[in-house]
Amino acid sequence: MVEVTLWGSLSAVAGGKARHDIEAKDIRELFRKLAEQYPGIEPWIDRGIAVAIDGTIYRDTWSKELPPGAEIFLLPRLAGG
Amino acid sequence: MNFDPRFTGRKFSSVGTRPLRPDGIDKVTGRARYGADFNMAGQLVGRVLRSPHAHAVIKSIDTSKAEKLAGVKAVITAKDLPDLTDGDAAMYDILDNSMARTKALYDGHAVAAVAAIDARIARQALKLIEVDYEVLPHVTDVDEAMNHHAPLINDAIFTEGLEEKPVKASNVTKRTQFGHGDVHKGFAQADFIVERSFKTEQTHQGYIEPHACVASVNPDGTADLWVCTQGHFVYRQHCAQLLGLEASKLRVTSSEIGGGFGGKTHVWAEPVALALSRKAGRPVKLVMTRDEVFRASGPTSATSIDVKIGATKDGTITAAEATLRYSCGPYPGSWAEIGAMTAFACYNLENVKTVGFEVLVNRPKTAAYRAPSAPMAAFAVESAVDELAHELGMNAVDFRIKNAAQEGTRASYGPVYGPIGIGPTLEAVKNHPHMKAPLKANQGRGMACGFWFNFGGQTCVDLNIGMDGSVSLAVGTVDVGGSRASLSLVAAEELGIDYSQLKAIVADTSSLGYNDMTDGSRGTFSSSMATISAARNAIKILRDRAAQMWDIPVDDVVWEKGHAIAKGEKYGNLSALSLKDIAAKSGTTGGPIAGHSELVADGAGVSFATHICDIEVDPETGATRVIRYTVVQDAGKAVHPTYVEGQYQGGAAQGIGWALNEEYIYGKDGRLQNAGFLDYRIPVCSDLPMIDTQILEIPNPNHPYGVRGVGETSIVPPLAAIANAVSNAVGVRMTHIPMSPPRILAALDAEREG
Repeated sequence: MVEVTLWGSLSAVAGGKARHDIEAKDIRELFRKLAEQYPGIEPWIDRGIAVAIDGTIYRDTWSKELPPGAEIFLLPRLAGG
Repeated sequence: MNFDPRFTGRKFSSVGTRPLRPDGIDKVTGRARYGADFNMAGQLVGRVLRSPHAHAVIKSIDTSKAEKLAGVKAVITAKDLPDLTDGDAAMYDILDNSMARTKALYDGHAVAAVAAIDARIARQALKLIEVDYEVLPHVTDVDEAMNHHAPLINDAIFTEGLEEKPVKASNVTKRTQFGHGDVHKGFAQADFIVERSFKTEQTHQGYIEPHACVASVNPDGTADLWVCTQGHFVYRQHCAQLLGLEASKLRVTSSEIGGGFGGKTHVWAEPVALALSRKAGRPVKLVMTRDEVFRASGPTSATSIDVKIGATKDGTITAAEATLRYSCGPYPGSWAEIGAMTAFACYNLENVKTVGFEVLVNRPKTAAYRAPSAPMAAFAVESAVDELAHELGMNAVDFRIKNAAQEGTRASYGPVYGPIGIGPTLEAVKNHPHMKAPLKANQGRGMACGFWFNFGGQTCVDLNIGMDGSVSLAVGTVDVGGSRASLSLVAAEELGIDYSQLKAIVADTSSLGYNDMTDGSRGTFSSSMATISAARNAIKILRDRAAQMWDIPVDDVVWEKGHAIAKGEKYGNLSALSLKDIAAKSGTTGGPIAGHSELVADGAGVSFATHICDIEVDPETGATRVIRYTVVQDAGKAVHPTYVEGQYQGGAAQGIGWALNEEYIYGKDGRLQNAGFLDYRIPVCSDLPMIDTQILEIPNPNHPYGVRGVGETSIVPPLAAIANAVSNAVGVRMTHIPMSPPRILAALDAEREG
């Protein structure tokens, strides 16, 4: 079980809650379970969500494991110049 | 990814040195080939007809007269680019921006295009195209566009991110929010509060090379595109999708690039050139004029930002809040969102809240511009931070040091920071001789901090060893700032060979696996990771070949300083084999020797910078002159320090232009008034002092060498550093960028009139 924090706008489509306890071993499973629970999240995942694990931001490595007790924070996927 | 990216703290031989750049001679002799330098037999000239209206329904387009003109080989409108986006809203916007479908949404929006045998005939043909417009009311100002009486740009857009689902369409496409704690409680604890509103005008990246391409579509469905771009693989995906081509049959070759800075991260004229070529059956070259680049490529947002910061008497910030409104052009974007994330990222805040609003206006589609959205947010926040320090009677640097984020701080955008460099850059600035240098009359000094995320992405590298022992490196990230040199240094480091033995090229899309584009300061970060991985894979093969040559087990062979060495006393009579020795025998030990790597480079390290600026203001004319400028920035590891310094200087130079002169000026008719470098003034060498740099190296724990990314952060602090310098010089807080002479005079007059 990991505790996941969603940024303000994403929490609006996740029942208005910022913090969620999810049983997920990696980013892929986390996204899948969030989308099962809150279908409104799916378009956001398609557009791109980055995952900060203990402060390190992962954008594409969906196989990245979520260590128990780690701080998991979801962020918008960013554009750069 | 079978690759360990963790920082190891190794000692370097090649990395950190400053060899000559591999593209230098070609560039100074004019031999380097940019987008417009490609030519093909039978090539036609493409030209685009653009809307003169800021907002208008396209009732009809009659191309018949243009088609009949001798020498015209194709005329296209949106009908020649059917919608193949399959519900992908972002791609549909790119398609509509490439060629308006039902409405022209800004002055300069493409409505038709021709391909002719020469430029004169192409221009004549454009004049023969008859477009029947129904002109609509328009809005170009970001604040006015939010007014509920403003002309609606897209009646299918309802604001996302509101607690209650809106029932009316709006020019505000999205509201986003970040932060933690309780700002009301924090402000109640404050002894001093600064609250101000700021504006920044729209600016262009100002790359010297305009958008340019040559497109050639063949009857068998294959196609070639030669183009100036920051990401040829991304251009391939976009163009293939928009034209209905198979991606693998569209080969895209990137040219040298005369600047991009985010403006060449998605397609503009390229689908048009391909559609023209498909219809004409001949290659088409399409080069934008400077006027077109200003009117119809992707400048950054204009912004309107409110900031409120409170602190106790001892200089501790108790709460910080910002509302950020960013223009997106006529299509939805996420520009205010990034501003809201970066605004307070430099600080350790218990109570912080930022809210962003994305706003549609009748201006060109906003594109990324170097650390997109962060400079404007930093301008507003760092101006307020400076003012608060003055009110507290604290030194502006000390105030920032007291409140700076550090390892373990919860970032204002959410996660907790790992090791970061904001504190060290502030300490370096505090101790820098620049801060102690005397100032003369009418001169002021300002400083400011800046933050950017940096990121990685999909990356692919091939490393091939020739039979003569020379090494070629094929990378897929376009070299916008020296990556061929830095990646050659990295390969030399891993292989243990000299830099001169290597040649790096940017491979075309048919020669290498997919690569994300060069943006987000990812070029050297990502491709160096893939280069290290590819080199290590090549070393495994080199060891195996040496083992064959010696007829010993491969486990007994190690790789040291460019040589295979048989370890153990029993091999004492075996001389080390150099890479060259092994390569020479490759034909009989298994064939070509190569190392490949395909990976996703994640875990890019965030980056911070602090800048110092001295400026002189003529109080009679409002004219300004930058006297001295210093950049201090954390690079993680500077692979090629000269290029890193160049990135620092380039960001500062662009920021100086943005802060003091550059702005899109629209008339009441919604037309851009200054679409050229005479009236839109970017700084030239004589406007700038030598920009001093200081590289700090706080290693990124998620890269083997500690590399972070250096390309973007340097443009984040300048607007604020210069605004603080001007404000200190004239004694009036400057709140509107650019601080052009008329605006400075107006501020001085307003102050005198009380």
